[in-house]
This record gives sequence, C-alpha cells and structure tokens, in this order.
Amino acid sequence: MQQDTIAAIATPPGEAGIAVIRISGPEAIAVADRVYQGKNRLKDVDSHTIHYGYIVDPTSGERLDEVLVTVMKAPRTYTREDVVEVNCHGGLVVVKRVLQALLNHGARLAEPGEFTKRAFLNGRLDLSQAEAVMDLIRSKTDRARQIALRQVEGRLSKRIGELRQILIETLAHIEVTIDYPEHDVEEVTQALLREKCKQVQAGIDELLKYAEEGKILREGVKTAIIGLPNVGKSSLLNALVRENRAIVTDIPGTTRDVIEEYVNIRGIPLQLIDTAGIRQTEDEVERIGVERSRQALAEADLILFVLNQAEPLRDDEVALLEQVKEMNVILVINKADLEPVLDIDEVRKRYPQLPLVHISVKEERGLDQLEEQIVEQVFSGQMDGDDLTYVSNSRHIALLHEARQALEDALKAIEAGWPVDMVQIDIQRAWERLGEIVGDTVSETLIDQLFAQFCLGK
Amino acid sequence: MDQQTEHYDVIVVGAGHAGVEAALAAARMGCQTLCLTLNLDTVALMPCNPSIGGPAKGHVVREIDALGGEMAKTIDKTYIQIRMLNTGKGPAVQALRAQADKWLYQQTMKETLENTPNLTLRQAMVEALVVEDGVCKGVITRTGQTFYSKTVVLTTGTYLRGKIILGELEYESGPNNQQPAIGLSENLQKLGFKLVRFKTGTTPRVHSDSIDYSKTEIQPGDEEFRAFSYETTERNPNQLPCWLTYTTEETHKIIMDNLHRAPMYTGAIKGTGTRYCPSIEDKVVRFSDRPRHQIFLEPEGRHTKEVYVQGLSTSMPEEIQIKMVRSVPGLEKARIMRPGYAIEYDVIVPDQLWPSLETKLVANLFTAGQINGTSGYEEAAGQGLMAGINAARKVQGKDPIILDRSQAYIGVLIDDLVTKGTNEPYRLLTSRAEYRLLLRHDNADLRLTELGYEIGLISEERYQRFKRKKRMIEEELKRLKEEKARPDETTQAILKEAGTAPINNAVSLAVLLRRPELSYAHIERISPPPEPLPREVIEQVEIQIKYEGYIEKQIQQVERMKSLQSKKLSPDLDYHSIKGLSYEAREKLSKVRPLNIAQASRISGVSPADISILLIYLEQMNPARKNA
Ligand SMILES: Nc1nc2c(ncn2[C@@H]2O[C@H](COP(=O)(O)OP(=O)(O)OP(=O)(O)O)[C@@H](O)[C@H]2O)c(=O)[nH]1
Ligand SMILES: [Mg+2]
Repeated sequence: MQQDTIAAIATPPGEAGIAVIRISGPEAIAVADRVYQGKNRLKDVDSHTIHYGYIVDPTSGERLDEVLVTVMKAPRTYTREDVVEVNCHGGLVVVKRVLQALLNHGARLAEPGEFTKRAFLNGRLDLSQAEAVMDLIRSKTDRARQIALRQVEGRLSKRIGELRQILIETLAHIEVTIDYPEHDVEEVTQALLREKCKQVQAGIDELLKYAEEGKILREGVKTAIIGLPNVGKSSLLNALVRENRAIVTDIPGTTRDVIEEYVNIRGIPLQLIDTAGIRQTEDEVERIGVERSRQALAEADLILFVLNQAEPLRDDEVALLEQVKEMNVILVINKADLEPVLDIDEVRKRYPQLPLVHISVKEERGLDQLEEQIVEQVFSGQMDGDDLTYVSNSRHIALLHEARQALEDALKAIEAGWPVDMVQIDIQRAWERLGEIVGDTVSETLIDQLFAQFCLGK
Repeated sequence: MDQQTEHYDVIVVGAGHAGVEAALAAARMGCQTLCLTLNLDTVALMPCNPSIGGPAKGHVVREIDALGGEMAKTIDKTYIQIRMLNTGKGPAVQALRAQADKWLYQQTMKETLENTPNLTLRQAMVEALVVEDGVCKGVITRTGQTFYSKTVVLTTGTYLRGKIILGELEYESGPNNQQPAIGLSENLQKLGFKLVRFKTGTTPRVHSDSIDYSKTEIQPGDEEFRAFSYETTERNPNQLPCWLTYTTEETHKIIMDNLHRAPMYTGAIKGTGTRYCPSIEDKVVRFSDRPRHQIFLEPEGRHTKEVYVQGLSTSMPEEIQIKMVRSVPGLEKARIMRPGYAIEYDVIVPDQLWPSLETKLVANLFTAGQINGTSGYEEAAGQGLMAGINAARKVQGKDPIILDRSQAYIGVLIDDLVTKGTNEPYRLLTSRAEYRLLLRHDNADLRLTELGYEIGLISEERYQRFKRKKRMIEEELKRLKEEKARPDETTQAILKEAGTAPINNAVSLAVLLRRPELSYAHIERISPPPEPLPREVIEQVEIQIKYEGYIEKQIQQVERMKSLQSKKLSPDLDYHSIKGLSYEAREKLSKVRPLNIAQASRISGVSPADISILLIYLEQMNPARKNA
C-alpha cells in the first residue's frame, strides 16, 4: 500500500534525558538526511547501524541537537518500512524543534497509534493483536481530539476561523467566476488575490511567532499554586522554573495578581500559575487578586496546595482545602527547614487521599520528590501518560507551516501569471490545512459559501 | 415476437436525456432493448433552457462522447450557437456551451434511436414494476401489457407524481403539460423506496418579434471551429446570437409587491428547491441589495419565434409574469407565449443506489437522471449512459463499470449522489471535483476512450485514430523534453520578440515552453517537429508541459486515493459487529454500504480513526493472513 512518511516522538514524556523520534515510511531516510549532518549521508549507510552527528535546521543552518541516529531498512523493522530513529539529548524543547524540522522537510506527524497500525497492516503484528490495535487507535484518537480541541479553543481557533473566512470568500469568488463565467461578477484580479494571500500569510506568521515563542506550544497542564499568604508559593514557582519570575518577600500579600509561567517537569509541559494568597482582605488590590486566584483555581488541572510547616493549620486553610479536596491536589508542606508547628498527622487524617510532600525551597530540599509526585499525578489522574498535548501542538505548527507554504506557492503562481484556477489549488490547500487545526475540512462549505455570497442560477 | 409477452434484455423507462443514452448504450452493446416513453413526440425534450454545456456540464458532454454516448454528437448537429467559456482561465475549466435548436435536437435524437439496431422505441405509460423475490423482471403498462426483461432502467425525470404550480393554480402534470407518472411513484413506494419531493422551475417564453433587441447587448457565438464530439469534423453554419439584458428596480418591486401570491412563499410549494437554479423571486428576496439581475434571451430554435428568458424562472401568477417581463429593457412590449411555472416531483433518495446505479433494494433495477435528484440535462445523460452500460453488463454477466473521481466528472457526480445523498436538486460544479486539473474538457478522450472501446461503444476506426493521436502526443512530449534550444541568434530573437529573457545555455524545449510568455507556436519556430502536428495534439502537449508541476501533484493525490480504493469492502459487511467504530460511523456505513475504503472515507461522519479501524478489520479478515 502506498504510504507517506510519518514521524513522532516515540518515548513517553516524563523520562528524563534521552528522547527518541521515530520516522517511518518510504522517505524516512531521505527526510532524515535533509536535517542530519554527520560523517556519512544516511542513504549510504548500512541497515541497522548507529551514527553520531547533528540535527541542523537547513533553513537557518542552526545546530539543534547532538544526536545518535539509527537507520533500519525495510523489512526488518517495527513497521516493516524504512525506519530512522533519532536519539536526542537536549530536553523536550529541543526534541520538539528537531521533530518540527523533520515535519517541515517531508515527514507528516503520525496519527495516534499510527506506527502500530502500520506494523499491523504490514504484517508485522499478530492477528490476535488486531483488537488491541483498534482500541489503541480509538482511545488515542478520541483523547487527541479532545486535547486538540481544548487547545484550539478560544483565541487561536477564533483567529484561524477569521483567516479561513478570508480564504473561503476568496475561493468562492474564484469559483463563481469559473462555474458561472457569464455571471456579472467581477473577475478576481491578481492584485486582489495577492492582497488576500498576503493578509492571511501575515496572520499565520503571527500565529507561528506565538507558537515558536512557545505560547501555543507550551500550553500544558494547568497547575495552580495556592495557599495562604506568605507560605512560599512564589518561592516555589521560582524554584520550579529555575529563575526569579515572581517577587518574593516576607510580607504577606506580596503577590497581587496571577502570574503564569511555563515549565517542563520531566517532559510534561506545565502551565504554572502563582496566585495571590487567598485570605479575607480589606485591601482593594489584593482583594481583586484573591478573586483571580479563585478563578485560576476553578480552571486548574492540578493544584499545588502549599502549607507552611512553621505555622499551625488555619481555618482559612481548612476552608480552602474543603473546597478543592475533590480535585487533583498535591499537599506541599514548605519551610521544612523550620521548627515544625503544623500538625501534619492531623492533615493526613483529614485528607488521607491527598499525596503530601515536604519541601524547603530555601534549602532546595524535596523538590525532586515534588516533581516525581507531579509526574505521578499527571499520569495516574485525569491526564494519561501520553504526549498528546505536545503532539497536537506540533501538529498545529506543522499545519501552520504547510498553510503558509501553500500561500507562498499561490503568491509565486500569481507572480508567474498562472491562471486563477491554478492559484486556486494552492489557496484551497491553505484553507484545508488551517481547517485541520480546528478539525473542520468539509468541502461542502465552499459550495455553501458560493451560493450564500453570490446570486446565481438560470 | 408475441405482442402480449415480449421479452427483452433491457427495458428503459423514459426517453429523456438519461433514457436515450441508456437505451442507445444497451442496444449498441448488443442487448435487445425496449425504450418506453409517455409520448413519442417528446424524446430528448428540453423542457427548460435550450442549452447544453458550460463548466462541469460541458465536461460531462465530452466524457459522454469519449465513452461512446450520443449527446455530444446530437448537439453538434443541432446547435444554433456554440461558445468556449472561461477562455481567460486555465485549461481545466474551459468548457463549451451550445444553444440548441431544441426541436431539431429532439428530432435528431429520435431518429438516431429509431435507426439503432436492437432498439425498440414505443409509447407507453409504465404503471408498475414486475418484482419477484427482490429481483426486477419487467414492467407493466397502463394498458395492461407486461414487458419482461433481465434488467430495467428507470429514467422518469420530473414526471414522478409531477405537479405544476403557477400562482394559485396547481395541477398534476409532468413538465410542459405532459402526463405525470402517478402509478409508478406509488409502486416504488410500495416496494420500499424512500422518496422525497424536489422542486424546479422554468421561465416564460416570449415571441421574438415582440422584443426590442436594440435595448439589449448581443452575445454572438465563436468564430472558431468548436465541437463537443471528438468525431465531429464539420461546423454548423450561421450561428444565431443570444441577447443580454437586466431586470430593473421596477421588476423587483413587482415581485416584492406580489410575494403573497408567489407559491414559493405562500407555502404552496413543499418540495425542496434548488440553490442551483433559483426562481427570480428567490433571487430578489435573498439578494435584496442587488439592483439588477442578468437576463439572457435565448432563441429556442431556427424555425420558431419562441425565446427563452433565462434568469426569469418563476411560478408567479401569469398576470404578474407579464408585468415582470415587461419591466425588463427590450421586453416592454413582449408577448408571452408560454408562462413560467414551478414543478414538484418525487425523487429516489440516491443513497439507495450502488455506484453502478443499480438499486440496493431491488436487484436488476437501475435508476438514472432527475429521478435520482439531479438537475440538468447533462447530469441526466451522464447517469443514463452509465446505467445503460451497467444494465447491459449485468445481462452479459460482467462487472459494472464504476468511474472514479479522478477519471471523470460523471464519476464525481455518481459518487457524490450515492455516497452523500442530496437534499436539493444536485448540480455539477467544477468545484466539486477535487482533481479538477486532471478532469479537463480537452482531455476527456485521453481519459475515457480506452474504456469506451473496452465497453464496446467506441468503433475500431475511432479507437485507432485515438491511438494515433495518443502516440503523437507522447512522441512530441518526449522530443520537447530531450531536444535543446541553443542560445543562437534565431532563438534569442524569437525569445526577445515574445518579451522573455534570453537563454545563456542550451535548455530543453520543455523548459522554455513552461515560460508564461511562450507558447507552442514559439517553440515550433525555434525547433519544429519532424512533421507538422494536428491542432489537438499541440493543445495536449502544451497543456501537459505547461502545467506539469500542478498536474504531477494531483496525480500523487490520486495515487493515494487509489490505494484506498483498492481495499474492497463487502456490501454485506455487518458494521455493527466491528468493535471500535463510532456509533455514527456504524449507522452511516450500514446505510451507504461503500464498496471500498476510499468511498467510506468520503461519507460524512466517518472519521479517519474509523477508517484506520476498518483497515485493521480488513487485514484481520484477510484470508492469506489467517492461514499464515
Ligand atoms: N525558611 C524558609 N523560608 C522560606 C521558604 N520558602 C519561602 N520562604 C520565605 O517566605 C517568605 C514568603 O515567601 P513568598 O514566596 O513570597 O510567599 P507567597 O506565598 O508567595 O506569599 P504571598 O505572595 O504574599 O501570598 C519569603 O521571605 C521567603 O524567603 C522556605 O522553604 N524556608
Ligand atoms: Mg507570592
């Protein structure tokens, strides 16, 4: 069966250190060669051999990572197709960039479960495994769709919708002049096409800029740090992101607004939200901060509930704990370096189901255990251990690039004086790629647009 | 043969544009064929506009010709005007349109039917089908005759329980006051077919002598030789022009003031209308900001004064129609000869058909044309041809011919109908074809002649001619890719004259031809072929080289689609037993019963994950795999 070449991260997140990107398909070796720099071209090496080199972004020439690349030729591979595996070292952000480079140079991001599907279809897996493969595809796809949809909700999807609207109106205009040539609709001029393509391209560039700065990419597990004032929430945030992001003082009520920061904890993207300590307050500014904290709380996927070991359990804290105890909570007992005052046993007794970690931000103790606990929580709780959040993100970026390229092709075609129905092919492709991001590619909509926009008929 | 119990191979019910193609194809394929029509004087009737072709529709006419059908030849003999449309655009969307002498068209087509061996043309109203154990065995007429056959093709157009609506007036009727087919509709329903009501309409006709043409713009035909059929060599002399005028604010006011009398708005019309040929009432209401709409005045033939007022389809009461017509410049004194009207009719929801156009419910019964929910003569003819071919092949024990979406607009049309169904009269548009660049008007013969020959509808002589053409194209393509232009004086001079940059090194002629400023005529001067080439060969060579990049891309897409198409699905597959399919996918798949994975993937509601699951299921069922 004729196949294209797919790529994806093969190692689950959460494993520190090495990540493997797998590429499979007839073009696997060629695609890898486009971004690989080493002693030999990969196309010239023997099957089942490992090679040391670099992944280089061919457009900028920048070295992305130092890698080991395994080349395995069909049929003795997992999928029975040519397979290349790239072992990256540089942490998740780098891995993403490596994958992105592969996607920009001929690979398509694998669908959930697609490697396994290919392995099965190519006769590599046993028939008895068919059911398992189906289950895998179903569950992964549903989950991926859910996450993808959640991610494109709001601003991104609205913006993409706007860009698509420009494209579909342009397409309808082109189509009407083609299918109703004698209708008194103005012909689509080159100038108009150029303007529309450029406009949408600029919109895509803006989205890509966000993406590359990580604003889309980094959207991860929403993690709220909450607790009373002065328990060390901001300190914890700074410790987790390893830089001084939030102001830390010994004055209770320092943090007045919600601070967001993105961080990878062992491969899991977290959107960390530091909040104003929640307490009754007269101070207007602080009160607004507290409001916002509550809201962040409501939206959070994971809660780091910080308690101060040097203070007794307060009524305010009990009230807050009661509110969140059904959620995904980790109790973080901070200031472990100080004299214990807090009755930990009581806390345990009240909330036996909540995991509890002792840390001292000051002495940098317990942070490892906290990270472990976060990973555990993410894997066993609502969120499964998949790299889907990440996958849908890089899928979006790949699609944005493809859409951009399609418009670039359209602009070239316009410059070269190609007829409008050729330019249409490229514009249509851009429209479809953007549609894939928001999960909408029904071509009927074009015909609907055509008849909504123009008055046609005999 | 005994008049009481006649036996045929194929019976075609209806002799409209679908029926005549079906009957001719079956008879020419060697089947004893009976074609029954309500009225022998309305064979190949054009009850609506007197024109054939246009984008997508014209493509279909070319395809019909390449497969050995009749429409192209008949319109070539009977047009009063022919034009190439979209000449300023790319080759894929250029298309011919002709104005027909509709009387001559009918007469010519009838004559063809009458002179075709194996074909019996008869006037009769079919009241019911003979169906035994889910197999169609013949038809019963109103006069009580039974005709037996191995297969039956229904092409009853807009006649099924037809009802004409004109202002407050409603009466049961087929188009143009023909008899409607009431009994057959009831019979189909009794057999279990799901029928829905569609609506279409037509415009008033006015007397030519009452038109002041000086107030309109003339629209002449093309000077150049044009023909739909690849076999036509002669042109039709003395083309007649059409005329362009516009509705006015006054027209729109008359319509708005009388909306309460428009059946579209009083609720008298219940059938689903079409966006594809809306009435003027619709257009004025939906696009109220438009100050005017185009009106084309099209002669209905050489020997008639009737003029078709294109753009003014309406079911308003006749007195209002007169006012509307007279508010249009040039028509101030127009005399209406026939009023416009709307017509409602029964349609078989087309997802009840296999892609061969055989019904799923009753074996050996095929349906084609407007009965399947399409609009337009060309769409009808294309289906009729395929239904006729497949009805004949069924008789002969052969597999049906199913055109795919990369092969023909006819393939797109039928696939859309049977895979997606339609909830309004379906019109072909070039934008429905995802491989538009491959489905060109110019290359219909290259796409389909081979198949037409295999089916047995293309003569040996024509096939040999086609093969010669194909070979010449291939040789010239090869020459242009291999031969180089050198940067000598003559070449540079020609390039300069064409307004394009000179060359520094020798480059292949093909590379030069790809420059937008250059055409084959320039290349020919730089380096002529061994022998001068016919025009249609040059056309192909030029298109195939100039658009190679885009064409290649579409070919790759087609290959991917074809690999999915080669994965067959059994029509009896129990989708409810396949674990992992979504609920919606199960329902839809069970209804459509696609023949392969590619078709399945086009059903709305079937997601890529469902397709993956189907692929794995197929592999699981693969006998080779099971035995291993
Ligand atoms: N001894 C000790 N002090 C700590 C530790 N963590 C934080 N602190 C101190 O506690 C004080 C408050 O820390 P912040 O991080 O500002 O507390 P916060 O919870 O963000 O407070 P608000 O923003 O006011 O709600 C600062 O003086 C920190 O230096 C710790 O582990 N041990
Ligand atoms: Mg703080």
